[in-house]
Amino acid sequence: MLSIVGLTTDHGHVRALEDVSFDVPAGSLTAVIGANGAGKTTLLRTLTGLAKPTSGSAHWRAHDLLSMPTEQGVRHGVAHVPEGRSVVSELTVAENLQLGALWRRKDPDVQIARDEALVLFPRLAERLAQRADTLSGGERQMLAIARALIARPELLLLDEPSLGLAPLVVEQIFQALNMLRKETGLTIVLVEQNAIGALEIADHAVLLSLGKIVTSGSATRIAQDTELRHAYLGY
Amino acid sequence: MQQFINTLVNGASLGSIYSLMALAMILVWRSTRVVNFAQAGQAVLSTYIGLEIHRMTHSYPLTLLIAIIFGAIFGALVDLLLVRPLMHRVGGGPIASVAPVILTLGLLGALQGFVGLVWGGEFRSFPSALSPEGFKVGMTRIPFSPFDLFILFSTLIVMLAFAYIFQRSGLGLAMRAAAFEPEVAQLAGVRVSRVRTIGWAFAGGAGALAGALITPTTLLAPNSLDLLLVFGFTAAVLGGLESLVGGVVGGFLLGLGLALVVTYLGSSFTFMTAFVVLISVLLIRPRGLIGARSVRNA
Repeated sequence: MLSIVGLTTDHGHVRALEDVSFDVPAGSLTAVIGANGAGKTTLLRTLTGLAKPTSGSAHWRAHDLLSMPTEQGVRHGVAHVPEGRSVVSELTVAENLQLGALWRRKDPDVQIARDEALVLFPRLAERLAQRADTLSGGERQMLAIARALIARPELLLLDEPSLGLAPLVVEQIFQALNMLRKETGLTIVLVEQNAIGALEIADHAVLLSLGKIVTSGSATRIAQDTELRHAYLGY
Repeated sequence: MQQFINTLVNGASLGSIYSLMALAMILVWRSTRVVNFAQAGQAVLSTYIGLEIHRMTHSYPLTLLIAIIFGAIFGALVDLLLVRPLMHRVGGGPIASVAPVILTLGLLGALQGFVGLVWGGEFRSFPSALSPEGFKVGMTRIPFSPFDLFILFSTLIVMLAFAYIFQRSGLGLAMRAAAFEPEVAQLAGVRVSRVRTIGWAFAGGAGALAGALITPTTLLAPNSLDLLLVFGFTAAVLGGLESLVGGVVGGFLLGLGLALVVTYLGSSFTFMTAFVVLISVLLIRPRGLIGARSVRNA
């Protein structure tokens, strides 16, 4: 279980995240939704040490996430795919995948994990030798997720995987996430502005606004709450 | 014709040394986004260390080896003890991009001052691996010596080693990822600061080799490698600062070009030519002669 208690993060004088607490049960998919600037990205960045918290705590299993250097996260089963299709453009698709398992490159399971990722995203298999900057936006997002999966994470933190992608591609990616969770028991925290799509596949949801939690609970309940939708999600 | 060919082989030998220095500058730039002006000071220090080793052992291989190892260790220490703490302190503030460069300029002065204090300011000769006398072709001596051959050969080995490490090894992949997308690399588990220090060590070793190879012809003094720094930097800029291959190509182009200038215009033109090339490239093609991609924002 991912357990976040009283998490507060400041960017200089701006409070980006204020007293955020929620739990993510193991094996569930939790959507963190909210408008631009709600603190969603800061939340994930704080969990993997890319942003420094002012106070609060966050634990994955027995691991204290906030005291861990960023590069340790993946060694404790926490993978973070940051916003903006985070691939290394200068490297090939194959090298980007290899990068994901560099820290455990002697483990024979790496090859299996790689094959599985390529089954999940077959378009990557056709483009292994290409440089990542020749990929389409959707393919880059798939590559970023595949690279994270090769580390065999138990907790996957995804930051706006749908950003700037065509609806059909978003659908593909969301379906892949759904399948992953069902087949592997992976715990997923999905940060999204695309609330409709995220709520469809999520079990739980956390609605953030201006750094604070407005409400949290069952994804179906939040999706059906017309007032919440009008006020915070704009549809 | 004979003179033209002589000029070219001579230029290739010099160019290979500029390439090494360019590699050193590029390795540091790519890993840390710092232009390391102290590279000349580091190389001069390791060359003096080499001179001492030679005085004690009279063994050239040992001299070269220890100079390179010292250069690598010293390069790593510069990053660990100075650059990393400085960057940590300035964080992302407005002086973040300029402070490390000022630091390396200061370090250059400090190292040259230190070297002057310990070994004095007079020019000293430095041993070469093989005879620096030109080969004899028939009755005439050409200005290409066994030592020039050694220079070409040893820089080639270093370049092949770097190429292998960067393109084929896990460390090289980590270094490339850390250079281009440090955050992605970190999230993938790469210990980015350690990888950066290794980059500084490689650069220190390459710079030390460049210093030891050029010093038999330039003689050794606290400031004797300043020109090498300028040429190395120019070569790096010619190659676009990002690409190791670009740096090597830039070094050879510059070496050949300057050799032609010396032969046909006179040696008093070299210094100016190098700077004119540097400025022209920056103005006309800031991404370098062979860098096809757009300039990345550091």
